[in-house]
Amino acid sequence: MTQAIRKVGVCGAAGTMGAGIAIVTARAGFETVCYDLKPEALDAAGKQTAAFFDKSVGRGKMASEDRDAVLARMHTTSSLDALADCDLVIEAVFEDLKTKQQLFTALDPICAPQTIFASNTSTLSITEIASGCGREDRVVGMHFCLPAQLMKLIEMSPGMNTSQQTFDAAWAFAEQARQTPVRTQDKPGFILNALLVPFNNDVIRSIEAGVATPADIDTAIKTALGYRMGPCELLDLIGLDTQLRLCEAFYPVTLDVRSSAPPLLRRMVAAGHLGRKAGRGFYTYEGNAMFGG
Amino acid sequence: MGDAVAYSIVTAGDSRSFPQGDAFLSGATAEADIVVCLGAFYSPGTHVADDARQAILVELDTECLGVHTGEHAGEEGSNVVGFARYRNGNDAPSGLVELVRQRNTNQSSIEAATRVFEAAGFKVVVCSDQAGRIIDRLVRPKYNAALRFLDEGLASAADMDLTCRLGLGYADGPIERVERGGLARHHDITQALFETYGTPGFAPARRAVVAHQRDQQRTGKRKDK
Repeated sequence: MTQAIRKVGVCGAAGTMGAGIAIVTARAGFETVCYDLKPEALDAAGKQTAAFFDKSVGRGKMASEDRDAVLARMHTTSSLDALADCDLVIEAVFEDLKTKQQLFTALDPICAPQTIFASNTSTLSITEIASGCGREDRVVGMHFCLPAQLMKLIEMSPGMNTSQQTFDAAWAFAEQARQTPVRTQDKPGFILNALLVPFNNDVIRSIEAGVATPADIDTAIKTALGYRMGPCELLDLIGLDTQLRLCEAFYPVTLDVRSSAPPLLRRMVAAGHLGRKAGRGFYTYEGNAMFGG
Repeated sequence: MGDAVAYSIVTAGDSRSFPQGDAFLSGATAEADIVVCLGAFYSPGTHVADDARQAILVELDTECLGVHTGEHAGEEGSNVVGFARYRNGNDAPSGLVELVRQRNTNQSSIEAATRVFEAAGFKVVVCSDQAGRIIDRLVRPKYNAALRFLDEGLASAADMDLTCRLGLGYADGPIERVERGGLARHHDITQALFETYGTPGFAPARRAVVAHQRDQQRTGKRKDK
């Protein structure tokens, strides 16, 4: 019989991804404990969450009483002890192996023995994150897509020591949360980033090799393949520094040259051309307006 | 769509860009200052050089434009512009035309080519004369990776495709797309890229090699382009 999940903890709930995951779980009817180190950051995330649901009500997608019920299911805390009675704890903290390992190790004596720990990592090994935490068989990978509150996909991956019971329970939870889980393996980037990160590097290398301009590459990809965004637009959105971090996480593990950071990427990051957030990447930005770069 | 631009067509063989019945064929005139050479890849190097023309547009397959024009210490370029309308296997051709220029290709010839295709309703992009142009150079390594992941059991084909559709908003996933386009065709394109650049990402994936070998066994000859 699959283990029932009723109460969910989200660690890193003040971050973009954590806040989105908390919306997903609370909206699906799970009591949700939102944990983050900084109370003021949790307050800010809470306001954004309320605004998100207000918009849903305003657009007629949600009744106001349902919004109130969802918000009432969300509880904020800066104490790990508040996660003690959660059936599932999903971490979406900083993408760093030691940070994630320390979190799970700290949670192990606090939570009940059957509590499942899930990691939202996009690059790290689930097996490594679980290593030494004291409940390696109850750790599973659940990679939500950004923005989690809008995207349905969850990449589900068991670590080497994850029990079938744990994986099944996490899978059932994902379905109850009205998400679409896909099964993958504990390999760098799972499916999504394993395909996307090298592809984005190929794009950057093509620009550097003078094959075409960013604008022509984006036009070509969108027109020929029907992608919603061109790869240069996407890189500007996710941030060139993020792409560099992904490369630095993947390449030492995979030694796949397509995953290694292209020299142009390093130069752009060094120059502060980080994408939309910096006002300049492959394109330049003024507010939300986009100008050819 | 812009104002119509006069162009004439010469045909060396079946065109992948504009198959029989395509509206672009019926828009041609008998004699024009811009000449479109369809199926040029069947007879590389045999296009008629004519400096008096504004532009000679040579349809490419997997080969570089230099195969048709010759190359000269990085200074090549003339009124000859390469082009290919992107098409995934035998899917209907897309609305994208990739123009291929060399370092010294006449700017006026590129502009003329752009006008011809834009007037016919296509999106036009310009790329340098490198194997795979833009699309194949970028997507074929990704398809190779997806095919390898399938062999390695990372996920099922259906889950990989679903992940790309849901997670990236793609119209279709890599496996369904490369299989629809034909794995043997994928082999031919990646083999040409690999021969040119030698980097592992371009090397045909095992499944493409198998499809190519089966194709050879079945037809007993090289597959038609």
